[in-house]
Amino acid sequence: MTAPVLDFVPIWTLILGLGVFFYVLLDGFDLGVGVLYGFAPGREGRNLVMNSIAPIWDGNETWLVLGGMALLAAFPLAFAIILPAIYFPLLIMLLALIFRGVAFEFRFRDADHRTFWDYAFCFGSGLGAFAQGIVLGAFIQGFAVDGRRFSGSSVDCFTPFSVMVGVALVCGYALLGAGWLVLKTEGDLQDWARRGGRIAFVAVVAAIAAVSLWTPFVHPLIATRWFSWPNIAYLAPVPILTALVAGFEWRALNNRSEAAPFVGAVGLFVLSYVGIAISIFPLIVPYHYTLWDAASPQATQAFLLVGTLFLLPVILMYTGWSYWVFRGKVRADIGYH
Amino acid sequence: MRLDPLILSRAQFAWVVAWHFLLPAFTIGLASFIAVLEGAHFATGRKIYLQISTFWVRIFAVSFGMGVVSGIVMPFQFGTNWSRYSDAVADVISPLLAYEGLTAFFLEAAFLGVLLFGRRLVPPWAHFIAALMVAFGTLLSAFWILAANSWMQTPAGFTVVDGRFLPANWLAIIFNPSFPFRFAHTVAACYITTGFVVVGVAAHYLLRERFVREARTMLSMTLWLLTVLVPLQIFLGDAHGLNTLEHQPAKLAAIEAIWEAHAPLPLNLFAVPDEKAEMNHYEISVPDLGGLILTHSFNGTVKGLKDFPPEDRPPVAFPFFGFRIMVGVGLTMLAVVLASLVLRARRSLFDSRAFLRLCELTSPLGFLAVTAGWVTTEVGRQPWTVYGLLRTADSVSPSLTGADVAVSLAGYSLVYVIVFSAGIALMLRIARTGLEGPDVEEIESGRPRQPVEKLPGVEAGSRP
Repeated sequence: MTAPVLDFVPIWTLILGLGVFFYVLLDGFDLGVGVLYGFAPGREGRNLVMNSIAPIWDGNETWLVLGGMALLAAFPLAFAIILPAIYFPLLIMLLALIFRGVAFEFRFRDADHRTFWDYAFCFGSGLGAFAQGIVLGAFIQGFAVDGRRFSGSSVDCFTPFSVMVGVALVCGYALLGAGWLVLKTEGDLQDWARRGGRIAFVAVVAAIAAVSLWTPFVHPLIATRWFSWPNIAYLAPVPILTALVAGFEWRALNNRSEAAPFVGAVGLFVLSYVGIAISIFPLIVPYHYTLWDAASPQATQAFLLVGTLFLLPVILMYTGWSYWVFRGKVRADIGYH
Repeated sequence: MRLDPLILSRAQFAWVVAWHFLLPAFTIGLASFIAVLEGAHFATGRKIYLQISTFWVRIFAVSFGMGVVSGIVMPFQFGTNWSRYSDAVADVISPLLAYEGLTAFFLEAAFLGVLLFGRRLVPPWAHFIAALMVAFGTLLSAFWILAANSWMQTPAGFTVVDGRFLPANWLAIIFNPSFPFRFAHTVAACYITTGFVVVGVAAHYLLRERFVREARTMLSMTLWLLTVLVPLQIFLGDAHGLNTLEHQPAKLAAIEAIWEAHAPLPLNLFAVPDEKAEMNHYEISVPDLGGLILTHSFNGTVKGLKDFPPEDRPPVAFPFFGFRIMVGVGLTMLAVVLASLVLRARRSLFDSRAFLRLCELTSPLGFLAVTAGWVTTEVGRQPWTVYGLLRTADSVSPSLTGADVAVSLAGYSLVYVIVFSAGIALMLRIARTGLEGPDVEEIESGRPRQPVEKLPGVEAGSRP
């Protein structure tokens, strides 16, 4: 007798997809703030810039652990193949994130080495973002696979394409970070954030265009999916919407709107993320294994789902609440001294 | 020289996990200590408990933060360096690891903020509940991670299909044979480690006649706790040893450096194990005592290392010396506790400078003991990642070259040395600053300030 088979793969795909997206969005803007931090005017300005993310950055970063664990638990084959393939970008990312994470604490309490921690924060943020872009680029490129193993070498992930995606992601995070700073600051600092946002925006538009033109040449599967009929009609809204959101974002960076630059940047990220998802789905190890191939057995997925479905909403609610608590403009005399 | 990715990957894992482990070893105990202090304050209303708690919360914030950043590294190690292990066992142990992550996230998100920032924002009972939940959360994290670790030592509740482990019974997987012993032994070790740090800090203040009232309270209550815990820990360790004898006899033989089993069995106090010659040099041993301690009977005996094929034996020196360091520290701690009882009987606990000096000196010993114990049990598990079933050599990522891992190990070494020495220096500075400053944080505009106030050395004009 066979019990009716419940397929948990779609829900785990959703959890993993949302988890990764939350990570990219949330840690994305605070990494971007870290990149811009290096250009912030004066110590007063730097203090404000750092204070704008101090209460929330560690919560943002924990999504990275949850994303990693969800991949290991729900799609272990993908975890076992992809992680060795991105050995060095992951190493760079983890070391950069450590430096940048402790810089928050140490900068305020270790005045003798403040300049060192300033650099650690800015370069840690930039390098972490760049390494994540390399990971994304390597993922789109696909991996050399033999059976259940990664069969390439640890440096395969560094290609002109992945380096370009790395630069693109740094610019994208900087745009998100600029949007966040416009939202959280006022006066001269806000004007500075708008200027930074405009520079990042130009770079992002160039990067999106370059990645979009290059991607179909990376693998024939993507080219077929994009340009065959009727797909091309279904997918046309993505580039069209992207162009519209880009126009909206440029206007928002040039007028006096407070929240619109951040909203527009988030919109660009959503569209890029959706674009990558529809290019790759249902593959989780491009171009070898689908989500269903790589899934762990039902017993594993079900056991973890029970707790996840209980804890995840609570975590989301708390995350929302903590953003609510720290809402409003960041001020010099309040918060993280 | 050819670089071996297997040895280097093991060194790298040992390096990152050893540093990471020191922080939970401290924060698990500290979270419970803070919860006790908050509870005492809530129940008695005495301000002294609040002052002590506020002080330790500052140190807790720094060590918890370092635990989080060094913890992010850990799950990725399984994939980058141990991909074949991940592929083989993920179906069984990944939910345990994921539950640990979820628990930690849940705890951090929901209650740590209240504990660190919320003293004035919530009523005292809610602050006490937050402290309790943080302590509970650290224990729950330990529960899941030790369940996964114990499963690697004494696997249960699974089936093997095509060389991969599949779950058959979750209760059997979680409550595998060594788990209850390991959990009890490890949690007690964390409490004791924290206890000796608290006693050392209190002794430091008493010797310098600073914060005398608070230091006396800290010293006395913590020494009472240690009076119970240290003997209990020796008993728990013995029970864990019997469990190892039953389930991991090769590890036990390595711990005791026993090559050939015979009854009655001597106890090797010191030896230099020689794996090539399969014998010990410079052996100092006590006749008959080995059998008595290991099997609780005079004629009892155990298997020797020669009963196992050479390829199934763990390295001998690490478990042998690791175990002796751990036990040596344990006996030293017992001596401190006994001395405290004698001094209490003479009513001179707070006056004996020699004893206070001893407390200062023994303050970091717990960290040495947990590290030595961890080396003993993990090296003793070799040459397996899943005991008896999956070899370490078959667990490492096949794509890695020795040079790859040498580069990453160098990176982790450099960064950890910088970050951990800065963190430890910071905690020592907070400890030296002491309990001065406002009793509770001021709240400006309804928003809490940092739990750690500015420290000496921060120039006056640095206020943003």
